[in-house]
Amino acid sequence: MAAALFAVNRGLDVIQVGSVSELNFASGLLDLLAVHPIESGRVWDDPWAALKKLAEDEPLHPYARLDPEEMAGAFREFVECLDESGQSYVIRPERNSSVITHLGTLKATYAVPRSMYGAAAAYESGQDCLLVGFHDLRGFSSRLIAENLRRCWTGRLRYDTVTVPGEKGELYNEPLARSLENPSKLQSLAEAIAPAIRGDEAVGLPAVLGIKEVRRVHLEMEAILGRPVFEIPTMVPSVTGMRLREGFAGRLRARGVDAVHQAKVIGFARDSAGGFVFQVGGEKPQSIVKAKAAILATGRFFGRGLEADRRRVRETVFGLPVSQPPDRDGWYLRDYFSLAGHGINRAGVEIDGRFRPVGPDGRPVYENLFAAGSILAHQDWKRQKCGGGLAITTAMAAVRASISFLA
Amino acid sequence: MNPPGAGSADRRGPFFSRPQGGSAIASPSKSGNSKEMVGECLVLIIGGGSTGTGLARDLALRGVSSLLLERQDVNSGASGGNHGLLHSGARYIGSDPAAARECREEGELLKRLAPECIEETGGLFVAVRGDNENYIADFPAACARYGIPATSVDVREARELEPALAENLIAAYSVRDATIDPFRLSFNNLAQARSLGSEVMIYSRVISMEASGERIVAVRVRNMETGRETVVRPEIVVNATGAWAGRIAAMVGVKINIIFSKGTLLITPRRVAHRVINRLRKASDSDILVPGGTVSILGTTSIRVEDPDDIYPEIHEIDEIIREGARMVPALDASRFIRAYCGIRPLVHTGNGDEDDREVSRGYYLADHDRDGLSNFITITGGKLTTYRLMAEKTADLVCRKLGVAEPCRTRTEPLPDAEETRWTEPGLAAKKALLKGDPADLMVCDCEMVPRSVVDNLIETVRAQKGGVGMIDIGQRSRVGKGSCQGTFCSQRLIAHLYDREIYQSEAGLAEMKTFVQERWRGQQPVLWDTHMIQADLQEAVQCGLLGLELTDDEQPRAEDSASSFEERDEVPKRTAIGRAETCPKR
Repeated sequence: MAAALFAVNRGLDVIQVGSVSELNFASGLLDLLAVHPIESGRVWDDPWAALKKLAEDEPLHPYARLDPEEMAGAFREFVECLDESGQSYVIRPERNSSVITHLGTLKATYAVPRSMYGAAAAYESGQDCLLVGFHDLRGFSSRLIAENLRRCWTGRLRYDTVTVPGEKGELYNEPLARSLENPSKLQSLAEAIAPAIRGDEAVGLPAVLGIKEVRRVHLEMEAILGRPVFEIPTMVPSVTGMRLREGFAGRLRARGVDAVHQAKVIGFARDSAGGFVFQVGGEKPQSIVKAKAAILATGRFFGRGLEADRRRVRETVFGLPVSQPPDRDGWYLRDYFSLAGHGINRAGVEIDGRFRPVGPDGRPVYENLFAAGSILAHQDWKRQKCGGGLAITTAMAAVRASISFLA
Repeated sequence: MNPPGAGSADRRGPFFSRPQGGSAIASPSKSGNSKEMVGECLVLIIGGGSTGTGLARDLALRGVSSLLLERQDVNSGASGGNHGLLHSGARYIGSDPAAARECREEGELLKRLAPECIEETGGLFVAVRGDNENYIADFPAACARYGIPATSVDVREARELEPALAENLIAAYSVRDATIDPFRLSFNNLAQARSLGSEVMIYSRVISMEASGERIVAVRVRNMETGRETVVRPEIVVNATGAWAGRIAAMVGVKINIIFSKGTLLITPRRVAHRVINRLRKASDSDILVPGGTVSILGTTSIRVEDPDDIYPEIHEIDEIIREGARMVPALDASRFIRAYCGIRPLVHTGNGDEDDREVSRGYYLADHDRDGLSNFITITGGKLTTYRLMAEKTADLVCRKLGVAEPCRTRTEPLPDAEETRWTEPGLAAKKALLKGDPADLMVCDCEMVPRSVVDNLIETVRAQKGGVGMIDIGQRSRVGKGSCQGTFCSQRLIAHLYDREIYQSEAGLAEMKTFVQERWRGQQPVLWDTHMIQADLQEAVQCGLLGLELTDDEQPRAEDSASSFEERDEVPKRTAIGRAETCPKR
């Protein structure tokens, strides 16, 4: 997404091919960097200081190739686009913020949706908070969150569970969130929550305050309850991911990006001028896309950018060389939560200084193919907490590099 | 004079008083240590696997009450890590004919007496091109000699019956293999024993035993959850600890040489064949593919290890199993496996140590340690799941002889009642019941296996009654929660939320146990993570680490540490780098 945005913002003619449904699993939080080295489990307050150390310690990390100023700029540009689509984000330029998760842990992240930011503010100033869950919303227990958060919280934490009026049976995130865009439905929910409040300075709720209309719904809830309200991301798939996907896709469309989201690249060839000719389709080819340059941002196993059999990991579109542990023994540790991290996470596509995938000789496989995001080797985004930043900042670098090439 | 314990009113009753009644015998020890409880029991059974639970039931049916101690949960040794195969016996005609005959007899008995635990799938022995033709030629006669029915089947017909079989079959025989659910079996045995007055203490580990003269007079037990210790004064002690029998016996200076033979097994996501499929050759690795409910189980291996507490399926071992198994069923080569697990076969070593482990008898080992100077100490170990009832019978005979109890064994004739609470281990049962009940308010906790809240609540009550407390791991053990395709990624979150809402957990205790729950599911997945399975693993780590940061939380082990053990202890989950509590709260 980021690559498409940065490219079209810079006047390039862009087609984006591939599934975006994976975004439904996003939390909406955009990480820059929080843990380094991962073996220490040390969480950094200042992501830029962490970045500096990371670049020294791990020169092969994609971040080590980037200029921090450009990285900050890439974040701003990305967040501006989200803002256009109705989702405000809060960035404290020099610091990470801690938000509450649905298991009562605190997550350090960089760019936070405004509807969730109140949690960070409440944590920092030690506010007395009321956490509210909804009956029949599975996997969200306000008591669980309060019990686990208590030891880190300096204020008072209370919890309660209310029944969402007008609902029968199990609650589902998406329909509930959409229904709350209706002012009278929102009003009745607020009225169900209000009696539970007893001098609490802020109220935490599951993240269901609308999808497209989250800005308005959030503000209205705060107005009715008369105090700060913050969302806590729910179990996946959570509407926070849907907000990101729908909002962003809309803005890209408005900017003229051609989007083919129901199909993917299933084959490629090179034309006489060195450009790419892509076959696009599902099970069978449906169309042809010609491009002078391409950015590969297909993700890892979840996104199907990488796949493996019992022996090797492969890159699925171009068959690019993949840096990986010598055998399967080195893929996963037996101790799942070991701070050493799983070897397979560092596997991926290696790049040169221009973000082009390279072969075993260190030379770019194709001069006009660039790569960005989690498919890149030598990073462990899940443990370093750098997923969002990796996507956004390397996309910017790849776009810049492709513009140089095309010039 | 009445012999002690025989039908007399003052026969010593149950050890622990339960809330619903029974005699309370526990009293503070003379040392005045108020933490410590002391009590007496008639028969103390150490070990809660199929043998121990089977023995408790056999004795109970003869009017002899017992106290069973299990250091973890029921079937945490070999009884919980096997193929689930009720052997026809044909596998052992070459190597161990006595075992072959025993399997046949016991298998037929169990099919009659415990049908709910058994599926009569039937079995096939198949040979592929390249297998030993002499063995194939001798097979039918050898089976006949030991009374094992084995009918020749035309290879074309075999492939019609089981399309998954390889094309290059050269021989096939039909046998009376069946499959058995070892958890349901042990829980049923235990349930009946308890209904007749016997007692069970799980998560209770024997720390030491004290002998005086020719008897064991005291056994010290530690509750692994609370750390609390109890001293038991038993009339008779039965060591039914399987692979750990040598360690228990060593506590009173008795030497039993046990070879630890690890076997690894792989589970497929779907049933591959209807029948048990055996390789028609002298018993070797990866010879057996067993259907079990909705899946198939492939194995196994026979690898000697040093330490029964530190066993793990190895990557290369798994590749070998798949390679060999694929010779019978080619689809196994490209198959996904949802998990791998291993168990230890205890092989009692009485020879010179040079034999191939498959040659050491798979028969059971029953020892009256009178010969070692202890008149009230018995060990039963080795054997096979198929012959557990016989092992229990022989052991109970010996126990009763020592007690002067003349009651005969009833387990050859008494059907094994199917207890309601054990039925939740049956795949699909929760789903069937949920669909039939159709209560929309009864939300699912586990979507993959369709286990609703009501079943979880039911299990909470059952476990609480047995243990005093309950947690996620207990629920996982007794139900299908976490055993479906998501392997606990999602249902662990729903389950923990439900347990906090029900106020089962306080402060961070639940989160700590959830990590153990997740680690347990991971343990089985990690060795078989490849191909599409990695997609789900990616998502799981993205949520649990990327978003929730669970790897960063500072937590204590959910079970009490064993500080003064007589042998090296190993936690189920390796310790993380210790991080101080204050440091794990993000800076403001």
